[in-house]
Amino acid sequence: MSGQEFVKLEGVGVTYGEGVNKTQALCPTDLSIAQGDFVALVGPSGCGKSTILKLVSELLKPSEGNIFFGGRELGAKPVRVGMAFQSASLLQWMTVRDNVMLPLKIVPPFKADFRTKRDGEFKDRVDALLEQVGLIDFADKSPWQLSGGMMQRANLCRALVHDPDLLLLDEPFGALDQFTREELWQTMQDLWLNRKSTVLLVTHDLREAAYLANRVCVMSARPGRIIDNRQVSFARPRAIDVTFEQPFIQMVQDLRQLIVHAPAGPKADAA
Amino acid sequence: MTPRAQKIASASLIVGVFVFWELFCLAAGISELILPRPSRIIEAFLQYAPAIAPHAWQTLYTTLVGFFFGVLIGLSLGVLIGSSKLAYDTAYPLLVGISSIPKVAVVPIFVLWFGAGTVPAILTAMIICIFPIVVNVSTGIATVEPELEDVMRSLKASKLEILWNVGLPRSLPYFFAALKVAITLSFVGSVIAETVASNKGVGNMMLIASSQFNVPLVFSGLMVLAVMGISLYAIFAFLERRMTGWATRKNIA
Repeated sequence: MSGQEFVKLEGVGVTYGEGVNKTQALCPTDLSIAQGDFVALVGPSGCGKSTILKLVSELLKPSEGNIFFGGRELGAKPVRVGMAFQSASLLQWMTVRDNVMLPLKIVPPFKADFRTKRDGEFKDRVDALLEQVGLIDFADKSPWQLSGGMMQRANLCRALVHDPDLLLLDEPFGALDQFTREELWQTMQDLWLNRKSTVLLVTHDLREAAYLANRVCVMSARPGRIIDNRQVSFARPRAIDVTFEQPFIQMVQDLRQLIVHAPAGPKADAA
Repeated sequence: MTPRAQKIASASLIVGVFVFWELFCLAAGISELILPRPSRIIEAFLQYAPAIAPHAWQTLYTTLVGFFFGVLIGLSLGVLIGSSKLAYDTAYPLLVGISSIPKVAVVPIFVLWFGAGTVPAILTAMIICIFPIVVNVSTGIATVEPELEDVMRSLKASKLEILWNVGLPRSLPYFFAALKVAITLSFVGSVIAETVASNKGVGNMMLIASSQFNVPLVFSGLMVLAVMGISLYAIFAFLERRMTGWATRKNIA
């Protein structure tokens, strides 16, 4: 899966505050993600996983280092990003379909045609996506009529509807029960196999990371840095049963060991 | 209790209170100068209706005009303050301070500036309803979930797009809840201003009637105010249900 390099972080670090209150949230980090790759970031809570996500989505500016998209510096060329968080945060006053359609109202070039195409082409586009995740019968319902798993499906659709160059997922399945979570892993895998979008997934669930990703990056405790980077080579599409087989269990155990015994960032013992 | 039984119970209670009032006055032989019976109040109302009508219109007019401008100003200020964290944190103490001043105390100032009559009533109605709206609308906008804002920002949505698509619709339930309170307050403001300094309006009429010891007419004025107040409240409660049913998860199929 080594396509063209798409996202590249070079010595990117984040520090908050000044002087005595200065805290390092993220040690200078290198990370590169190939076009069409599925990368998972795992690590203990507060290690800066979400910080990396916010950096890549331009919600946060790095204190040092550079971020490149397709060889160009971040901000030089608009990158279309889709994001989904742990809370589905759907708009309660809209139907599920309108919620999923929201990015088309905001992101160019869809934005320009929104008025004319919202009942035609865009509706078909949204419905096709809802069909894929099994929500088509709920398109006209309100978000509060859905179960937690269904809301997350809609959330995923909203993050994908505008064909993002990069899909950023921040523990989107974290609040779901085990069965629903596994169902959604499969849905996510199908979506990715269909679209081959570039995905960066942040999670604390090691099974989730190993099941979904092509590559797992392990981060140390705060201030975070990437301490390990390994390929996951199980054949696709992966069935949930894979996760109960020895090689998979071994992999999850290795990841766990890495995180538990990881030394914190270089400046941690000085503080 | 079923909703239907509930309604019947509420209606019976209201009727019951009036019946008790009527019977109590009759049985205790209470003078009409102290507390007239409901039947006498209605009688007085019918008798004086042509005289009451212009006063009632005047009160309704000052209330609605004041309310309209109050909503306009309150909504604009609320959106302005709610859209910026800095403005919200900076302005909030001042807002709380101003909103805790009893607004009726400013009536004499308005009279000083604009003379007695319609203008002070409109201004009082306006100023009294601005603050609940500002506070509610700005809170509604300022408390948009951070995740949702991140999703919008990652789509490169402008501040205006976030406000239009998320902030404003989200603050609608707060806005309508504030409207219900505000219309009642406006009404109070108008009547007080009329009572203090006007030659027109139900408040003024009641003042004059009481100085002439025409107590049934005073109570008729009160009845007119009650009916108008309840009707205005009901209109906005209805609007609230229609516009923001999603917030209470009712009325949506």
